[in-house]
Amino acid sequence: MSNGTDTNFVRGALAPERQAPVVTTGVVGLMRTRLFNSPTNILLTLISAVVLWLLLVPTIRFLFIDAVWQGSDRTACLAENAGHPVGACWPFIQAKFTQLIYGFYPEDQRWRANLTFALAVLLLAPLLVPKIPHKALNAALFFIAFPFLAFFLLHGGGLDGFAFYWIAELFGAAWTPSLTRFWFDFSITAAFVTMAMLWFGGGWPNGRRAALSSALTFAGIAVVIVALRLDQGGLPIVDTRQWGGLLVTLVVSVTGIVASMPVGIALALGRTSRIPLLRAFSVMFIEFWRGVPLITVLFFATYMLPLFLPGDFTIDALVRVLVGIALFAGAYNAEVIRGGLLAIPRGQREAANALGLSYWKTTGLIVLPQALRHVIPSLVNSFIALFKDTTLVLIVALFDLLGQLRATFADPVWATPTTLFTGFAFTGIIYWIGCFAMSRYSLFVERRLDPHRR
Amino acid sequence: MAADPIIRIEKLNKWFGAFHVLRDIDLSVARRERIVICGPSGSGKSTLIRCINALEEFQEGTVTVDGIELGHNLKHVEEVRREIGMVFQSFNLFPHLTVLENCTLAPIWVRNMPQKEAEAAAMRYLERVRIPEQAHKYPGQISGGQQQRVAIARALTMNPKVMLFDEPTSALDPEMVKEVLDTIVDLANDGMTMLVVTHEMGFAREVADRVVFMDMGQVIETNAPDEFFSHPRHERTKLFLSQILR
Repeated sequence: MSNGTDTNFVRGALAPERQAPVVTTGVVGLMRTRLFNSPTNILLTLISAVVLWLLLVPTIRFLFIDAVWQGSDRTACLAENAGHPVGACWPFIQAKFTQLIYGFYPEDQRWRANLTFALAVLLLAPLLVPKIPHKALNAALFFIAFPFLAFFLLHGGGLDGFAFYWIAELFGAAWTPSLTRFWFDFSITAAFVTMAMLWFGGGWPNGRRAALSSALTFAGIAVVIVALRLDQGGLPIVDTRQWGGLLVTLVVSVTGIVASMPVGIALALGRTSRIPLLRAFSVMFIEFWRGVPLITVLFFATYMLPLFLPGDFTIDALVRVLVGIALFAGAYNAEVIRGGLLAIPRGQREAANALGLSYWKTTGLIVLPQALRHVIPSLVNSFIALFKDTTLVLIVALFDLLGQLRATFADPVWATPTTLFTGFAFTGIIYWIGCFAMSRYSLFVERRLDPHRR
Repeated sequence: MAADPIIRIEKLNKWFGAFHVLRDIDLSVARRERIVICGPSGSGKSTLIRCINALEEFQEGTVTVDGIELGHNLKHVEEVRREIGMVFQSFNLFPHLTVLENCTLAPIWVRNMPQKEAEAAAMRYLERVRIPEQAHKYPGQISGGQQQRVAIARALTMNPKVMLFDEPTSALDPEMVKEVLDTIVDLANDGMTMLVVTHEMGFAREVADRVVFMDMGQVIETNAPDEFFSHPRHERTKLFLSQILR
């Protein structure tokens, strides 16, 4: 056994593989190697245990043990009636639940909000599970078709016409809507767009897929029009001022997150572009929107913008807020994505160029997919921040989940010492579930993409 | 020199800022000709071949590839790039795509080839570089030598008329240099026109029709490999060869 000491050594048999010497796995291993392996760690472990105990016990007592579960008004949640110190007053949440979810959305129309929620889940869930096929179709349905559908479902209202109508309106021509005109306009528009797709796709044999998907898209639009009776005025209009609660929180944050991505990507590409004008515009845009607080943006969108727009030109308050938030979040995303773009070696773009790929194909197929993978943690970070920041719409008189909660506190029927804590605990849990889900999903995506990385 | 060169470089001058990197380069490459470019680092070898497929811009002179003159016209640039395959020192495979996807990307997106057809073609090229069994792995999961062979296959999928190699073996472990050089030699024996920037003098001796020696952004000496190695004429060439051949 003197290998290494002799100058002439030739290994005979290979050293056999052996088991790891001490217990380094399992609970015992964890305790021995991490928790109780030195005096300092023993001390830290004990202190942590005490802190956990002090935090967990009152929380569990408040939420479950001391909580009141049934009742019809404040009297159930008073200590003298319950016979013990009262924790969470859950009947309060039960009584205000619909208000917290839908705000003042009319009760007989709430099925529309439920249907929208269900559709969103139905379209989003398969998009998030990598194994389920047809991602392109799924993404098109969720990102393009769903927003329109959601608008007509939640807001209501119908359509007067299509291309003909819009052109007629552009030239100030008179147009009296009628059913026949509507469907005539629809068929002409569908035929025209389908022919255009065929032509752009490169004539008959090559463009037939594009033409077919266009025809199918219009068929889908027709089904939706018939189902929601958009040709006959659609569903009754529910003004966005009546929306509220979780509905507003979800509409604002999902729209903000989804719409801020293309804005961010476009600005990041603009800022790294070689065209000076484009670069200057992107820099100014990003620096302006990042330099202004979100509250200012919301105020401006709600109260100042109408002053600058021509008198007869009105945009819904919620839409203005959505645009403001999308641009604001887009500016932040742009800088995150730019960080990812800078992390891609120059050789990647060169190799794609050398193969003959154009700028856009190189960007879309090689640079962006890699850049976005690099910045998933930071992007999800800003999504989570945005999800919680949406509560700022409260200051422009839109009542999101938190705004709605504060409104419920004013109800004297439920005025008890713990109403406030119960409400905040409930909304806190909802926000936490949303944020934690995003965080875990991003971790899952990162792990899944891990083997692809160098 | 051939009457109908596939690449013709005339009075090529390039500056990086104020630094004159390429000075009055004249070089013609005949069809099926194999040229090795060597020289000390910083001599402009890589910059020269990167000018041929417009990865670098140049300020003066002309580069003509198969009758198309490179200029500011983007159409011409993309046309020329489709005719030229390039292999880089650092492989530059796309790490987020599998080996097979690396090889089908350009045929599908540049030549509009149907996916099935592109995959079949890509597999043929992967067999040619002798790694069809790695097709479904990601670049990060295979060795450097294998990565470089994938890079060669990827360039070949576009059916290039010319192949450019920019120090293809410089980033490889010594044990892997041979497998890559063997692949390039096979390609040369099949009649591919190629320009190879390399320090592998044995390779130059074996496959090159001509050796071009560069220094200070200029072509110092051009000669057949036998003459180049046995009777270098310029003082700088002699010095260079004495440094690298021991």
